[in-house]
Amino acid sequence: MSIFVDRNTRLLVQGITGREGSFHSRQMLEYGTALVAGVTPGKGGQTFEGTVPVFNTVADAVGATGANTSVIYVPPMAAAAAIIEAADAGLPLIVCITEGIPVMHMSRAMPFVRSRGVRLIGPNCPGLIAPGARAKVGIIPGNICSPGRVGLVSRSGTLTYEVVNHLTRAGIGQSTCVGIGGDPIIGTNFIDCLRAFQEDAETDAIVMLGEIGGTDEQNAATFVKEHVTKPVVGFIAGQTAPKGRRMGHAGAIISGSSGTAEEKLAAFEAAGIAIMRRPVDVVQLLRSKM
Amino acid sequence: MNLHEYQARALLKAAGIPMFEGDVASTPPEAEAVARRLGGTVVIKAQVHAGGRGKAGGVKLARNPAEAADLSAQILGMTIKGLTVQKVLVVPAAEIVTESYVGLIMDRDTQRPVFMVSSAGGVDIEEVAAKTPEKIVRLAVDPTYGLFPHQALELAFVLYRDFAQVKAAAKIMEQLYTAFVSNGASLAEINPLVTTPDGRVLALDAKVVIDDNELFWRPDLGVLRDDSAEEPSEAAARRANLTFIKLDGNVGCVVNGAGLAMATMDLVKYYGGEPANFLDIGGSSSPEKVINALKIITADPHVKAILFNIFGGITRTDDVANGIVAATSQFKVEVPIVIRLTGTNEVEAIRILEGVGMRALSDMDQAVEQVVQLARGAA
Repeated sequence: MSIFVDRNTRLLVQGITGREGSFHSRQMLEYGTALVAGVTPGKGGQTFEGTVPVFNTVADAVGATGANTSVIYVPPMAAAAAIIEAADAGLPLIVCITEGIPVMHMSRAMPFVRSRGVRLIGPNCPGLIAPGARAKVGIIPGNICSPGRVGLVSRSGTLTYEVVNHLTRAGIGQSTCVGIGGDPIIGTNFIDCLRAFQEDAETDAIVMLGEIGGTDEQNAATFVKEHVTKPVVGFIAGQTAPKGRRMGHAGAIISGSSGTAEEKLAAFEAAGIAIMRRPVDVVQLLRSKM
Repeated sequence: MNLHEYQARALLKAAGIPMFEGDVASTPPEAEAVARRLGGTVVIKAQVHAGGRGKAGGVKLARNPAEAADLSAQILGMTIKGLTVQKVLVVPAAEIVTESYVGLIMDRDTQRPVFMVSSAGGVDIEEVAAKTPEKIVRLAVDPTYGLFPHQALELAFVLYRDFAQVKAAAKIMEQLYTAFVSNGASLAEINPLVTTPDGRVLALDAKVVIDDNELFWRPDLGVLRDDSAEEPSEAAARRANLTFIKLDGNVGCVVNGAGLAMATMDLVKYYGGEPANFLDIGGSSSPEKVINALKIITADPHVKAILFNIFGGITRTDDVANGIVAATSQFKVEVPIVIRLTGTNEVEAIRILEGVGMRALSDMDQAVEQVVQLARGAA
């Protein structure tokens, strides 16, 4: 098993004919993901890579193909509208890769997403991958992942790859790797993923990669303390970050005295989360805990 | 993007928020003219993106136009927290009865715009929040509906008892919300909101931060950016589409991805070094980006060694290798470079680098240890 995606995932790609969308759609197909439809308004009737039908609207695509998950690669100014369209079409899982969406747009989109009871992952995230199910939704490179029993949840992209790479090389496979995104407003947070991993019968341990900014990691630590019985290993990026500066990710900013690495690491410690001082520490910490 | 006070005032004024007249000046004669037009005692305020302007001597009281010229001559050109003052705001020194705080932020937890109001205004609101949080009243607005009239009134009643003032303040709340939403702000603040002896309610000082993600489609806001108020290397990086933040150390870092970039800086520190910068070259990294990154980093004389840490996913490591080769053939890099790359097209990347006698490591820890030692040896 895995969380959020599995062998029953039938994926549609919003923005499949764009530069990013087409590149990553090819990679998702190669990995073995059941990519059943694409959506680009005005390009309905075309076929992607000779096999994937393209539709004008998400509703058309869902009606014709039974897609149950959408991944979004449309440009920032249209991305919140794409999220709303997918939610309106009733897709239970929406993954938004797009970086640079105005926060105001997300603030307006989220109440609608919640009113439809659907799960949004991202935006500004690398998506997720379940190696055992050959389900890759997003941009996490498939070749560095391996099937196994560790669940990983992270705010970032390449840092996730770094840690997954250490795991795979050490022979520690993953049940699911989820990138939740580096923006201030995201659809799925650490707690949502921790809860899912805790409930997943095929996940034995959890790796959590956080960063400076906000209070999501602190809240997650409290959740771990109260509800998670599986071992958790954690990392916080940005220990050397200066205050008040946006460290690339819109959400990675220390405001006043809140959102610092020290504050988050202290919360981890109090919750019994084993702290990685370096990305490579993940291997040894997991081995000692599993 | 932070706006200067005079720019924030203009945005709030355009939304109808009442304010004392005032104007911005770049020279002492301009400041004198504004002071003459306003009449009476004026306040001269340095326009820099730094807190504690008053304590630094950047805010002064002038009793007449001649004094306004003298004092603005002192303030213009002075340095506050490393930033040179290019402009001053001249406003009347109004007689004030009460000072309150009204702020609106995009809140991560509620995922909504949240009002914060307090009758303890005019001071550092963070201090109020830390010491006496009960003095701040919060209200989250559902952006689907906007601020309801009764919510605006509720907030206004926190500040005033006089109903005329309550109504005036409620209107200001609505206007502030409109300005916040229509300008894609992540923060809009009136501190203080004041009352005058004749009972008026006015905004005395304003602060607005615009969400950087709005600027792409809002050129009207983009022009408000003041390059001179930024670190020159950071402004250059932004123009080259790089995310760069200058730090005080001597190990230059070029990384793809914000999380890995932060983790790389942390690892430099872990191995006893000090990072000279945060630099994210982003996902689709063309050789051009690598060249610009190296130019910006090598311009810092404190940098004693440079680390490339690239984990190829979307980023093709051969693009980065080509960029390094092109850059080092275009200009001489005087400090040692340590390259770590792994992932997409790494075989090709290593071949490219070896073709010019460069080596690439595949392990992040090994690369960081090496660059820290090189920087230490050179320092």
